Amino acid sequence: MSWRRLLIPLASVPVILLLAYGFRTDPKAIPSPLVHKAAPDVRLKAFDGGEISLAGLKGKPVVLNFWASWCYPACYEEAPLLEATWKRFKDQGLMVVGVDIQDKEANALEFIRRFGFTFPNAPDPGSKVSIDFGVYGVPETFFIDRQGRIVSKHVGAVTPAVMEAQVQALLKGQ
Amino acid sequence: MALRYEAGVRHRRVVRWLAMGAAVLCWQGAASVLAASSLDLEDRVREIASELRCVVCQNLSVADSPSDLAKEMRNLVREQVQQGKSREEVQAYFVSRYGEYVLLSPPKRGFNLLVWGLPFLAVVAGGGLVYLVTRRWTEQTPSHGPAVDPAYSERVRRELKERERV
Repeated sequence: MSWRRLLIPLASVPVILLLAYGFRTDPKAIPSPLVHKAAPDVRLKAFDGGEISLAGLKGKPVVLNFWASWCYPACYEEAPLLEATWKRFKDQGLMVVGVDIQDKEANALEFIRRFGFTFPNAPDPGSKVSIDFGVYGVPETFFIDRQGRIVSKHVGAVTPAVMEAQVQALLKGQ
Repeated sequence: MALRYEAGVRHRRVVRWLAMGAAVLCWQGAASVLAASSLDLEDRVREIASELRCVVCQNLSVADSPSDLAKEMRNLVREQVQQGKSREEVQAYFVSRYGEYVLLSPPKRGFNLLVWGLPFLAVVAGGGLVYLVTRRWTEQTPSHGPAVDPAYSERVRRELKERERV
């Protein structure tokens, strides 16, 4: 008879565990299968007319940032940090590349002017590059090592602490 | 001479009409083949896109979402189908970029089997439970009525008889 009294509490344990797991995970966070894999080789035509090829950047660590002028406030929050990171680490070989997605050219150029971006930025016609990187929102930032492997992906505005830790790790890596 | 000339003209006219008819038929045939193949292509694109999750939406497929990203994804599906890629190859491409999350139905293997199997298991278990409970109920209900005070039933019988006599 005593096992019957335990039946309901015992049956509810897996349900509670499942709910505990489900409520702790962010349903909007999609784990990227690209992390620890080679970054897709993409070619972009920058706003200034230059060509950007990820394969051509091998040997340099890359911070690849996806942004849009309509992405307010997250993209506006991290924009100064991107420019500051580029200025601070470019002499150590770091590359910062911006990809502007689903945007109007005039708005994008205004965004670039507003934050005084001096690192290369390119539009992504047809969102091909975004889809190749599994981007599902802006901003998203990929940290790519010297071998062209994606080390990590950050969804949302990059904080100074995350940027510092990631860039230092990239620069230390061979 | 005049007759032969006339026959020649008629002959040429007939050939001209035949050629025109053939051209019209060819054109119509080609147009319908083209329409059919583009319809086929759109059907294929829809079929594949309806199984892909729109990653910027809440539970909408790439086929149904009006979002820009879904539109671009549909274009990419179309491009890949035109390149001759199969449904599985297109799905594999999107899975390699977004993970299995991008598939609206989880593949039937590994841990996912739980998702596919549990509802059936729950139905079977629920049916079993209903069976057991109803069996217990019917077993507990006695086949003959509860014990009645003989004096009381005697009184009921007597009163019924009296009523019949009236």
